[in-house]
Amino acid sequence: MSQPVLTFTDRGIYCPAGDFHIDPWRAVDRALITHGHADHARPGHAAYLATTGALPVIRHRLGEISAEGVAYGETRQIGSARVSFHPAGHLPGSAQIRVEVEGEVWVVSGDYKVVNDGLSEPFEPVRCHAFISECTFGLPVFTWPGQAEVAAEINAWWAANAAAGRTSMLGAYSLGKSQRLMSMLEPQGPILTHGAVEATNAVLRAQGYPLPETLQVTPDTDVKALKGALVIAPPSALGSTWARRFGPASTGFASGWMRLRGIRRRRGMDRGFVISDHADWPGLQEAIKSSGAEKIYVTHGYTEIFSRWLNDQGYDAAIVPTEFGGEDGAEGETAS
Amino acid sequence: MKRFARLFTEIDQTTKTSVKTTALSAYFTQAPDADKLWCIALFSGRRPKRAVTTTNLREWAAERAGIPLWLLEESYPIVGDLAETIALVLPPPTQASDHSLSHWINVLRGLHEVPLVDRKPRILDAWDQLDTTERFLFNKLITGGFRIGVSRKLMTHALAQATKQDEAVLAHKLMGGWTPETTSFHALVEADDPAADQSRPYPFYLAYQLDDAPETLGAPEDWQAEWKWDGIRGQLILRDQAHHVWSRGEELMTDRFPEFARAADFLPPGTVLDGEILAWDDAQPMPFSALQPRIGRKTVPKKLLREAPVILLAYDLLEDKGEDMRHQPLATRRARLDAILRDLPGDAPVQASPTVSFDTWVDLAQTRAKARDHRAEGLMLKRRDSAYLSGRKKGDWWKWKLDPLTVDAVMIYAQQGHGRRANLFTDFTFAVWQGNELIPFTKAYSGLTDKEFDEITAWVRKNTQQRFGPVRQVRPEHVFEIAFEGIQPSPRHKSGLALRFPRMSRWRNDKSPQEANTLDDLRALLAAYG
Repeated sequence: MSQPVLTFTDRGIYCPAGDFHIDPWRAVDRALITHGHADHARPGHAAYLATTGALPVIRHRLGEISAEGVAYGETRQIGSARVSFHPAGHLPGSAQIRVEVEGEVWVVSGDYKVVNDGLSEPFEPVRCHAFISECTFGLPVFTWPGQAEVAAEINAWWAANAAAGRTSMLGAYSLGKSQRLMSMLEPQGPILTHGAVEATNAVLRAQGYPLPETLQVTPDTDVKALKGALVIAPPSALGSTWARRFGPASTGFASGWMRLRGIRRRRGMDRGFVISDHADWPGLQEAIKSSGAEKIYVTHGYTEIFSRWLNDQGYDAAIVPTEFGGEDGAEGETAS
Repeated sequence: MKRFARLFTEIDQTTKTSVKTTALSAYFTQAPDADKLWCIALFSGRRPKRAVTTTNLREWAAERAGIPLWLLEESYPIVGDLAETIALVLPPPTQASDHSLSHWINVLRGLHEVPLVDRKPRILDAWDQLDTTERFLFNKLITGGFRIGVSRKLMTHALAQATKQDEAVLAHKLMGGWTPETTSFHALVEADDPAADQSRPYPFYLAYQLDDAPETLGAPEDWQAEWKWDGIRGQLILRDQAHHVWSRGEELMTDRFPEFARAADFLPPGTVLDGEILAWDDAQPMPFSALQPRIGRKTVPKKLLREAPVILLAYDLLEDKGEDMRHQPLATRRARLDAILRDLPGDAPVQASPTVSFDTWVDLAQTRAKARDHRAEGLMLKRRDSAYLSGRKKGDWWKWKLDPLTVDAVMIYAQQGHGRRANLFTDFTFAVWQGNELIPFTKAYSGLTDKEFDEITAWVRKNTQQRFGPVRQVRPEHVFEIAFEGIQPSPRHKSGLALRFPRMSRWRNDKSPQEANTLDDLRALLAAYG
């Protein structure tokens, strides 16, 4: 084989055999997109390819684009590369991308989690020779409690707030985490949403994802009449004037970063709930092991530490340079 | 431990003081006495004597977690707390238990009696019986620095509520050299025996910084002005033929300052003075840097006693002939203080800190501008009719410091912070120019907003040139205005000088690194103010 299946360029991950990029950060002719989060699906590419599940959100976020949808597991020939998308469990429609050239298989994980959240298509391990894995939470201090346990914790908080006449304000990213939360909780009152969250809800509902009933907060909403409500909003909205309309409230933030007390306190919210759409430390080990790959490239997160650990474990591991700083926690708390 | 962990969780999950107070007060009502006593001890800066080193802890935790030591070490600066890092990496417990807080503290105290080789299995066994939160607290008992969002003041407030006592009276009871080993909850909190501890200091009254114009304080004649000294705030206690010296941080410093043994020759028993401990060169205070070598030493060599003798410049009288004076107006206390100290010989280790007379605020502002000539860092303003309160209270006592000195410097190294600042670059080293070379001269940690720290953290991550352990060398690009209270020669530093209370006062985004100050500029400041 003359050149590697995938290379790392200043635009992102590139496949020479198929002349396409995966999740590129600068404009390219053909982009394969793992999922709709802003650091993966960027505007300006001439052509997009994503799963049919991910595409509606990508279109909603990027506007007028030339895009094509592909089903999970469906194989496409692009140049001399065979390409297919496989569930990553990160959020509805999210994918790992498998690229095969002359019998050599590489997989780009995108963002993933190995546990089933009940809403996203569950993660499926894909056997490969080289696995490009994210490692946002690639430290042994990051282990997640089970989803049921966190759901019970949030339900109890919500119920206690409702009983005390307080609104529960939960900060969560508008695509993925918000919908996961609303579908895993046991309603203790009405669920209100910020416009950014509700817009994503509408897209996912139209695709047939089962989401509970929600009510978007508008200037006309009589929030005081909605007793015991849970408000789901992007974290940035919780500290803003938008949040003041709810009167007495308790605030919470749902993110893997809440595992760390320092970060939890810095957020200045009443509660931090440890729930992430990224793999935790054991999840990363499991995904890497089940890929069967010997060559591991790590990206997004504590790459230096995580690759050293993998090399200690006998893998051939290296760091993928990315625009988002190829080193420790470069994305800080943007990913959750 | 579950009860204490629940208390911690309730406190940790809120930013509201009222919720914290309620939780603590409930704990002080329900917990066993031994646990209550330890709770008071922990939140007033006392802890069990350390029986294992943090190096031991790291090694044992890594081994138990099945990870290499380096991986735990790399995780620590990101978590920002060693006790928490260890709690998070350990596997879930396999045994269930609910022993009390004091049980686990006794386990730790018991470690002193066994050889090191037997300490490890006891720690591992403890970890295996505790959940993540309990482990975190258990580890904190070992690593110290038990800061979890409860100030001593808040603890005292809650305890006063739970035991239905006056808060100031209780605060006084909790002062001094007790440990949970030497007293009981009943003796410390419930019994009312003022003679229980003859060395017990009074709670210090602390001033707020005056940010508004002094005119806002009202009529000048209602106020007394004194120099604000840069020494160690201290309380000198003379009772029962003995003397005791306490720092504001409630450290007993009697042996460190043998000069005060002679105080009993000049002052009657039943006298308690509040003042500033300063190195003294016969006529005026020496700079703080002269006092510094005296602070770290438990015993003082003769040479140091000669080079940096200390005195107490007293500015308040808290106890006179055994009588608590704190409720008396300042004017009365001051008159009595002056009377006691008036006839002391010049070589006595105690002198009255002079008051500064003034007629108008404008006069006083002019006097304040000359504070550095008097080796002072500004003025103290105290209301003449003020009682001596406890803790930091607004209204009657103000510190009116000189504007700080400033210099523009280039950031050259960055390091991540701890606790709330974990995973953020907040600790920086700054340099000034000497020719084409940047000479480091100070570190600074504070002064920026959270948003600015976020911004600079992202920048540091992208502009690291080299790593030295946790320290990153960064591109010399950003200029910060460094404010400081004083400047002193220091042969230990490459720059040859050291700053007092340096902090970042402004991020000079408008300046290029070439526009930063030079070492010569700093030397000029040293010549003028050192």
